Amino acid sequence: MTETKAYHDVGGDDFGPVPMIDGEYQLWEKRVDAMMRLLSSPDVALMRVDELRRGIETLGEAAYNAEPYYGKWARSLAKIMVEKGVLTQDELEARIAALRAERGLAE
Amino acid sequence: MTMTMTPAGQDHSHDHDHDHDHSAIEAEDTSNSDTALLADALRLVLIEKGIFTAADVQAQLDLMETRSDRNGARLVARAWQDPAFKAALLEDGAKAALDAGFDMKGTPLVVLENTDAVHNVVVCTLCSCYPVTLLGPSPEWYKSKAYRGRVVRDPRSVLDEFGTSIGADREVRVHDSTADMRYMILPKRPAGTDDLSEAALADIVTRNGLIGVAEV
Amino acid sequence: MTAVQFGVGDRVTVRDLTAETGLSGHMRAPVYCRGHSGEVERLCGVFGNPETLAYGGDGSPPQPLYRVRFRQAEVWPDYVGPAADTIEIEIYQHWLKAATP
Repeated sequence: MTETKAYHDVGGDDFGPVPMIDGEYQLWEKRVDAMMRLLSSPDVALMRVDELRRGIETLGEAAYNAEPYYGKWARSLAKIMVEKGVLTQDELEARIAALRAERGLAE
Repeated sequence: MTMTMTPAGQDHSHDHDHDHDHSAIEAEDTSNSDTALLADALRLVLIEKGIFTAADVQAQLDLMETRSDRNGARLVARAWQDPAFKAALLEDGAKAALDAGFDMKGTPLVVLENTDAVHNVVVCTLCSCYPVTLLGPSPEWYKSKAYRGRVVRDPRSVLDEFGTSIGADREVRVHDSTADMRYMILPKRPAGTDDLSEAALADIVTRNGLIGVAEV
Repeated sequence: MTAVQFGVGDRVTVRDLTAETGLSGHMRAPVYCRGHSGEVERLCGVFGNPETLAYGGDGSPPQPLYRVRFRQAEVWPDYVGPAADTIEIEIYQHWLKAATP
């Protein structure tokens, strides 16, 4: 292999000792899992696991390293839902702004 | 919510009745992070568009609760007790699991038997594929670049970090779950367990044993 | 459907399709196994090609998928464990060619 390999393809790389982290996900994270299962269910058929992976592999290395596990899923799902025209980026951003206001968060 | 560092080699079953604080993975509450807002917004817009309903989401959350390593542990205990079931499990894991009441929904399952000659351990280097139906959600460490990077290249030192030491006379066989198969280990039955009931046998099987970073 | 080309026990080499054909994007053959040779442990079945499924394609033609067993010492020049240690990887047929003896 002459060119840099993809950032998710880590087999053989040394990132030090395994961080022994375990525990429970927060509600928003569990809901992301639920969303993917629904979107990839035969009845809905809007997502394939291969698309989710491809979405994660194209988030960019910074996001890949910074985002928590279900954060990567969420960003990939959003990207692909917009890509498929299920919703628009504007609709998504408008809803995010509305949530910020509802929760009393800074813009 | 606090982050817990699980000491190497320690595991706990999710099926216990003492009061236990299930610590979180992140050090703080991230429900209002940019990404959480994105995730929540996406979910709400999709509901508004009729792609699925809030009840559908809740149903999935409820189903999530049924997926735990106690499922895999029960299959192992039954295989230890019942040679015909063990053979079926090794022949076609998903079919045997379905017969035992656990539906892998069409995902093939390869059950790998640990023996005196071979110790098996599973990873997904490219992402973090895992038999969630039988093991519950994968542990955060399984998804880490550190685990995924090193267990294929130096499995014995990674196993050491979990407090598991495999003798040089046993082969360590790593399985990289790169495509459509999912994997579960059938640990070696520990000595001195002949008198245990199937339920008691299931209790000694840990999630880490089902992944292969522990012997049982 | 693509015909099944390899049988259990066949020696196969993982092609480097990126070097050979410029293939990029979503690929499920990890870099670390490309160019290395092992033995077919089983035919897993025939599955849709993830490389096209990942972009909205239907994954056709479905590809035979194999588990290939490699000696760790063959994959990693600096492998520190016993010679008997192995690694098994699921690899789609189009990534494989018969190993030259």
